Amino acid sequence: MTQAAQGAVAPPTLTVRGLRKSFGAEEVLKGIDLTIARSELVFVLGPSGSGKSTMLRCCNRLEEPDAGEITLEGDPVTGPKVDLNRLRLRMGMVFQAFNLYPHLSALSNVTLALRKVRRLPRAKAEALGLAALDRVGLKAKAGSYPAQLSGGQQQRVAIARALALEPSVMLFDEPTSALDPELVGDVLAVMQDMKAQGMTMLVVSHEMKFARDAADRVIFMDAGRIVEEGSPEQIFEAPQHERTETFLARFSGRG
Amino acid sequence: MEAFLDTFFNGAVLARYAPSILQGVWVTVLLSVLIVISGIAGGSALACLRAYRIRLLSVLIVIYADIFRALPPLVLILLVFFGLPNIGILLSSFTVLYLILTLVLAAFAEEIVWAGITAVPKGQWEASRSTGLGFTQTLIWVVLPQAVRIVIPPLTNRAIAITKMTALGMVIGVPDILGQATTAQSFSANASPLMLAAIAYVFLFLPLVIFSRWLETRFAAPGV
Repeated sequence: MTQAAQGAVAPPTLTVRGLRKSFGAEEVLKGIDLTIARSELVFVLGPSGSGKSTMLRCCNRLEEPDAGEITLEGDPVTGPKVDLNRLRLRMGMVFQAFNLYPHLSALSNVTLALRKVRRLPRAKAEALGLAALDRVGLKAKAGSYPAQLSGGQQQRVAIARALALEPSVMLFDEPTSALDPELVGDVLAVMQDMKAQGMTMLVVSHEMKFARDAADRVIFMDAGRIVEEGSPEQIFEAPQHERTETFLARFSGRG
Repeated sequence: MEAFLDTFFNGAVLARYAPSILQGVWVTVLLSVLIVISGIAGGSALACLRAYRIRLLSVLIVIYADIFRALPPLVLILLVFFGLPNIGILLSSFTVLYLILTLVLAAFAEEIVWAGITAVPKGQWEASRSTGLGFTQTLIWVVLPQAVRIVIPPLTNRAIAITKMTALGMVIGVPDILGQATTAQSFSANASPLMLAAIAYVFLFLPLVIFSRWLETRFAAPGV
């Protein structure tokens, strides 16, 4: 197996072992195991409440896991002596609601972490920031404030904000769910471009067409567990589990 | 009509006491500036400390803020000015007035700034933390700048309300505008100095009130 051979040389980009998380009495994640190889795009599907967003948010510990181990390129993410802020520089995250800083220009949104965490001088940070904005096609909007941008543009700035830190993996939490349909394409095009450049990506989304076109692997989650995983063809054409089938049928019916 | 003018706008009395009331103006201005700066700084610092959600610290801050917002400032002023000397602590009337009004403004400012901090959406914290900024860095660079925009109008209003209370200094003999005016009024047996004091207050505070109205409209619009 190439993956095993690769594993001997360099550890996988992201591993999750036995991840559990409860909110109060409700167990949202009931033991998740997941390995993501370098440059792989893994797509996570599942009904709402299946725990997919929580799983994603546990990866950079925005949600604190109750149990389980997570590693990033072999470095522990969970555990007592972890420098979480350093690790988070290597894990970009994109949110459903964009979460741009409204008081800062697009460029300043992108350069904040470069300046305050990576402590780059202003000129260097701005050069990197402009390059990141250029990658998402918004260099011309560097001076605009979030309120002056469309939803799609805001989400692309948010992607640039994460990209500028040159992360090892990008986590997408329903990046297009809050967008008007005609703006979704721009964001997906940027993600496709990142994929082409070899970025490792973990994507929680309902964009089935994008999953078919771009994903290396599709994971179906339900009730806090991974029900099945496989290539897009396997999952979409020949799902092995009834729950997967029901979910996909409901979705294609809707589309 | 003549009696009215003679009582409230007596030229001779006005001329005689205008200089002392002008001195009072400087005392009021100095007190107000000191109170606003230290009160808002203190209140903001407490609100920031509260953001760390250290249980005991937060409880102490809330107790302080609630007590100082509940008690009438005049009661505190009298209690401290007439009480502390009995245990050997002598503070000037100026110092007592400054301290109490600063503590009262800080209590209100803490609550206002805290409300501003909690009004910043959780997603802002998450976005910042996800890019590696620490808690304190997020507070300083992401949350506070947004909170400030939210709290400037109510904070300005409260600051004006508290600085007007410098007039309470009269009861413990602070030579502020009202202190000077009441002294002059009792010497001259004429209300003109009080009228002068009222005019001085209007000149001092009306620009601030207009300024706060401007701030409200300026910051009411969604931030661009």
